[in-house]
Amino acid sequence: MTDAATARLARPASPRRVTNRLLPWAPALTLAAMLGPVAAGLLGTLGPALGWMPALGGDSFGVSVFADLFAWPGLSRAVALSVGAGLAATALSLVIVVLIAAGWHGSRSFSVVERALSPLLSVPHAAAAFGLAFLIAPSGWISRALSPWATGWEVPPDILIVQDPRGIALIMGLVSKEVPFLMLMTLAALAQARPGQSRTVARALGYRPVTGWLKTVFPQVYRQIRLPVYAVLAFSMSVVDVAIILGPNTPPPLSVQVVRWMNDPDLALRFRAAAGAMLQLALVIGTLGLWRAAEATVAHLGRRWTERGGRGHAAVDRGLRIAGLGLGLASALAVFAGLSGLLLWSFAGLWQFPDALPDALTLRNWQRFGPHLTDSVIETLLIGWVTTLLAVGLTIACLEAEHRHGLRPASRALWLLYLPLIVPQVAFLAGFQTLALSAGLDGGRAAVIVVHLVFVLPYVFLSLADPWRAWDSRQDRIARALGASPDRVLWSVRLPMLLRPVLIAAAVGFAVSVGQYLPTLLVGAGRISTLTTDAVALASGGDRRVIGVYALAQTLAALAPFLLALVLPRVIWRNRAGVRDG
Amino acid sequence: MAEASEKGLTLAGLAISLGGRRLLALDLRIGPGEVLTVMGPSGSGKSTLLAAIIGTLPPAFEMSGRIWLDGHDITAMPTEARRVGILFQDELLFPHLSVGGNLAFGLPAAVKGRDRRRSLIESALLDIGLAGFADRDTATLSGGQRARVALMRMLLSEPCALLLDEAFSKLDKALRDQTRQLVFEISRRRALPVLQVTHDRSDAEAAGGRILTL
Repeated sequence: MTDAATARLARPASPRRVTNRLLPWAPALTLAAMLGPVAAGLLGTLGPALGWMPALGGDSFGVSVFADLFAWPGLSRAVALSVGAGLAATALSLVIVVLIAAGWHGSRSFSVVERALSPLLSVPHAAAAFGLAFLIAPSGWISRALSPWATGWEVPPDILIVQDPRGIALIMGLVSKEVPFLMLMTLAALAQARPGQSRTVARALGYRPVTGWLKTVFPQVYRQIRLPVYAVLAFSMSVVDVAIILGPNTPPPLSVQVVRWMNDPDLALRFRAAAGAMLQLALVIGTLGLWRAAEATVAHLGRRWTERGGRGHAAVDRGLRIAGLGLGLASALAVFAGLSGLLLWSFAGLWQFPDALPDALTLRNWQRFGPHLTDSVIETLLIGWVTTLLAVGLTIACLEAEHRHGLRPASRALWLLYLPLIVPQVAFLAGFQTLALSAGLDGGRAAVIVVHLVFVLPYVFLSLADPWRAWDSRQDRIARALGASPDRVLWSVRLPMLLRPVLIAAAVGFAVSVGQYLPTLLVGAGRISTLTTDAVALASGGDRRVIGVYALAQTLAALAPFLLALVLPRVIWRNRAGVRDG
Repeated sequence: MAEASEKGLTLAGLAISLGGRRLLALDLRIGPGEVLTVMGPSGSGKSTLLAAIIGTLPPAFEMSGRIWLDGHDITAMPTEARRVGILFQDELLFPHLSVGGNLAFGLPAAVKGRDRRRSLIESALLDIGLAGFADRDTATLSGGQRARVALMRMLLSEPCALLLDEAFSKLDKALRDQTRQLVFEISRRRALPVLQVTHDRSDAEAAGGRILTL
């Protein structure tokens, strides 16, 4: 053995590397990247909403812009659609998720649900919406499957199903995408709530399974999924791409109308757009308040219901379980069948109504439209990878700072993480575009990446934080005691062991970036075209073959990284059973 | 007060408290090759003591006093510079590295040369009866084999003291005697001061040294 004293000198004592000095700044930097554009954008929207936009001759503050907005005849319909669709989609998604979890969590069928989640989540909203439209339209797959033998239709019936004035198709489209998101969040909450014991206790006291779950587990779970629910509500109220595809047109929901005003050749409408965006923000805040009040009421009623001690009825309980399964299946099926419809249309030759399948399959559509995809594919991948890389880097830096410097985030910090998901996109993107314009950044890829990062960061952080924090910190102590510096522990122990969750977080971030419509459209000033902006732009054309090609390409772009994230660790760690699946 | 400049591990007036409540206060020296066994119920501060010695005490704890190892004040040193080896109840082999990779992780970087490092690892494996295991996945090892790899990985890092955190409590009786014997024999041979924390009296008896109850 070497002499201890000289050997000790050979070991570097805390090399003050650059990382060690920069790391404590990571959380601040991340918050700035996430909230800076939101705050700046909100201010940039507020100015024109109050009449201030010198470039367009607005040089005084006042409420005349709002007066102009309120004088617009379609406003009350647009507002009602926003609020109605938002509330209905959120409530319905929550009910479905709760019924599935209450009736089936811990059962074997539930593992099927869990496996279907990742692919369902990564399907871009626009692609899922197109798929649904192809399914339920008067000339859609369902109608074709039932015609003419059941319906007697030889030609598509003249009824408005997609883009119906009440927004029912829009609500269905939103539900099919929000159920998997809320389900994932509920699973994470369930992992902490340990429902097994509560359920056993409730069953032992004679409660029916669903009733027992609702009375004992649900209150704990809801507390944890409250922020995701708010995000779903805010998103559903202000979504643009899904609303363009599935929502009514005259008038559309408020957010879509705001975007129309923003893109109107008449620049004077920019003022009204800004006021509309501010109204959208106020609506979201107001509706969140309403939801909060409803939460309190439900909690009160629920406590009384719980304390009455009813054990539930077998028939009702069974009915609820079946309803949960049915609704969940229907919402998952809507996405999967929709995607199959897209796939089929993209290869369809002649496909006349009411044939259930096309006469022939052909590569012609792909040959014709495929070459046009190239530029958008490159743009989508470029923006996606840069944004994801930045987001994963910042997230790991934050988590590592938390680990090394004990910078434990307060529970309030979780709110900050959800803020970009709760503030309506249109409310700050309108202002961000104006600011980017005056900074000479508009229409540039860099500006688009900056706004994508706002939405990608929260998802990457939420996805990686739990597995990162759950890592056995004794591994760190062992490695450090063996003489490894914190940096070496990070690079050669922690990151390799967490390869799978890191890749999954990256895949989530990439899928979020691929799916961004409004940020790309507004901040790219129409000059940056990705698969998503291209696909949504095709909505009004209604050519199912070209839509099929674009929406499918969009889905593949979002889904491929997930496949990589699942396959790569298995390949890299094929001889390491301890990390292969974890 | 213990003599700080001597060989061995010295806790000089070491006191740790949390939120104003004193958890432990120790003033002692463990000489080269000596084993000190610390016993006590859970919550008595055993793990806190080990964390203080390897330098991973959470910031919420207040610590006073000094820790000396072979005449060096290691109180403020980062964990990786202290040269204190530790074994936990779980072996904590790095699952993404092979058996040889785990040992190589422990071998100081100052040992240069691929061939030299490789041959050191081969002979280390021979020492623990695992010759030819270098490329094996750690997940395929038996409990006893894992324990020996963890021990050897730690020894290869050339520690100047050894901490045992309930290190044998997971092993069954036969394996436990065997592993315990191996650890204490090596530490005596290498003249390492050993501090073991346990709730099992047989660990203390096997060590044969002083017993301190917290």
